[in-house]
Amino acid sequence: MKWLILLLLAGLSPAAAQPPPAHVRAFDTPSDAGGSITLTWRRNDAVSSYRIVIAKSPDGPFHPAADVSAAANLMADEPAIFGHGAETQAHHFVHIRSYPDPADASKQIALENDKPYYFQVAAGASPAGATVQAAAHGNLFNRAKLNNFILALVFSVIILSFIRMARRRELSIRRIAGLEALDEALGRATEMGKPVLFAHGLNPMGHVSTIAAVNILGRVARRTADYDTALRVACCDAVVMAVSQEVVKESYLEAGRPDAYTEDMVFLAATEQFSYAAAVEGMMVRERPAANIMMGYFYAEALLLAETGASTGAIQIAGTDSYTQLPFFITTCDYTLMGEELYAASAYLSKEPRLLGSLKGQDAGKAVVLAVILLGTLLSTLGSQTLTYLFTAY
Amino acid sequence: MLFLRRTLPLIIAFVLGCTAISLYYIPHSMAQGLERELSRWDLIVAAFAIFLGIHSLLALHGSRVRRQQAGWGYSLLVYIGFAVMLSFAIYNDGRGPLNPQAETGPFQWLFLNVQVPADATMFSILAFFIASAAYRTFRARSPEAAILLISAVVVMLGRVPIGAFISDLIPQAAQWLMAFPNLAAKRGILLGVSLGAIATSLRIIFGIERSYLGGGDE
Repeated sequence: MKWLILLLLAGLSPAAAQPPPAHVRAFDTPSDAGGSITLTWRRNDAVSSYRIVIAKSPDGPFHPAADVSAAANLMADEPAIFGHGAETQAHHFVHIRSYPDPADASKQIALENDKPYYFQVAAGASPAGATVQAAAHGNLFNRAKLNNFILALVFSVIILSFIRMARRRELSIRRIAGLEALDEALGRATEMGKPVLFAHGLNPMGHVSTIAAVNILGRVARRTADYDTALRVACCDAVVMAVSQEVVKESYLEAGRPDAYTEDMVFLAATEQFSYAAAVEGMMVRERPAANIMMGYFYAEALLLAETGASTGAIQIAGTDSYTQLPFFITTCDYTLMGEELYAASAYLSKEPRLLGSLKGQDAGKAVVLAVILLGTLLSTLGSQTLTYLFTAY
Repeated sequence: MLFLRRTLPLIIAFVLGCTAISLYYIPHSMAQGLERELSRWDLIVAAFAIFLGIHSLLALHGSRVRRQQAGWGYSLLVYIGFAVMLSFAIYNDGRGPLNPQAETGPFQWLFLNVQVPADATMFSILAFFIASAAYRTFRARSPEAAILLISAVVVMLGRVPIGAFISDLIPQAAQWLMAFPNLAAKRGILLGVSLGAIATSLRIIFGIERSYLGGGDE
């Protein structure tokens, strides 16, 4: 009986020694800027925490680097690095980027790149196991974005193939009513002797939707120059204004009407969202443009602009990739370009074969995405998550 | 001249386009440093462009005042507002123009008591515009409009307590409409937008789309 009690006490004692963790590995943290080393080791359910020590030489001295709770830090928590395999549930990990300064524990010493560091992992206060070594490096490719890279490459190849194909044979493109109506709107403005108002949303020049809007502006300006119709372009960003001024100026030059271009055609209405909305609404009410063209990314001002424009009786053509504002444009505008049609507009208006080829490429890309979605749904229903993991963004 | 106006911008678009795409996939500290540097250039260009914007704004309203066009009084207000805010920004609550903008003083007071309420007023008008747009749209003139009307009524009722009071099914139906047909349509649009953005980027990077340089594609 006495022996049994002693045995139980020994088993419950917090000082009971645990064997050091098995399968300890140290390696440069993948897909990072550098300055980080990752350690992994096999999970032991009998251990509540692990202690990591670090040294600059294999003989030490070793200093505390991190304490890791066994309740978390499983490799499964970071699929971007460790994937989704069954072994990720059986291993712990830790990223070491710095360790407390042995001379002053309030300070941290950051790991240096290309310099070897030595680590030992211990279960709680038990003796540490074998020493492992690794050096941190900056990586040249983010492996977590490999799926994104491959997809971008596949879609780029599809689109470029169709552009190449369009040089050899004519491709048919579906009719986009909103763009077919553009000439009608500009013609109406010409007949009425009233201006055309163009607004390209609130986003700055770095956004693709704004670039698409500026591309459309170039086509619209070319037509207003041909028709000798007044054009008013209200901008919300100074850089967009500067670019738009150049685009409109070049379009008028190409149309052989440089004299018709004036600096105040393209102007900064305001830089704040609702000040911009108030300025453009005021212009719609006072100048009564015959056509309002709103292309780009819009926020809450979308309905303010479109509803005011509708009340003035102008033909309104809107195009946006902001799905939250699409319903407002659809309810208040005569024609609305939805999502991708905004990006297709410039190519559609140009009728240039290579640009039309890129539109066909977009459609082929959509077909690929649809096929993958159907396949993924089928596999997921059958219990396989492989395709889901392949298309997960990290 | 053609080189400066056409070829050089196309080269810059190609080089910077490829660089920006590469930076997205390269985590190395040198790549991150380059990204930060490019962002800094962007900020510097934007800061200079502000002067062009101010010039454009003042020139536009100046011409309206000179010609006494309809609503020229508002243009005069732009000048007065600009002068007052600029003076207070320079005064900076007594700290001068070379210090960070003070969080107290007349500049902040005007911003918080004029600009912010004016913005809120514009935003609040949205409620009335939504009502008038909804009134026009929700008339069941076609089967599609009828479906839209029924869906809208269900979603609106499902989001307010009276919906659950009428029937527990209404909030559930609203939730189903939002989680399935609405989300499916939204994702469809997003997929198209993403592919459109890739296609537009490729057209610009490879110099196929040149209308941002003005004019046609010749």
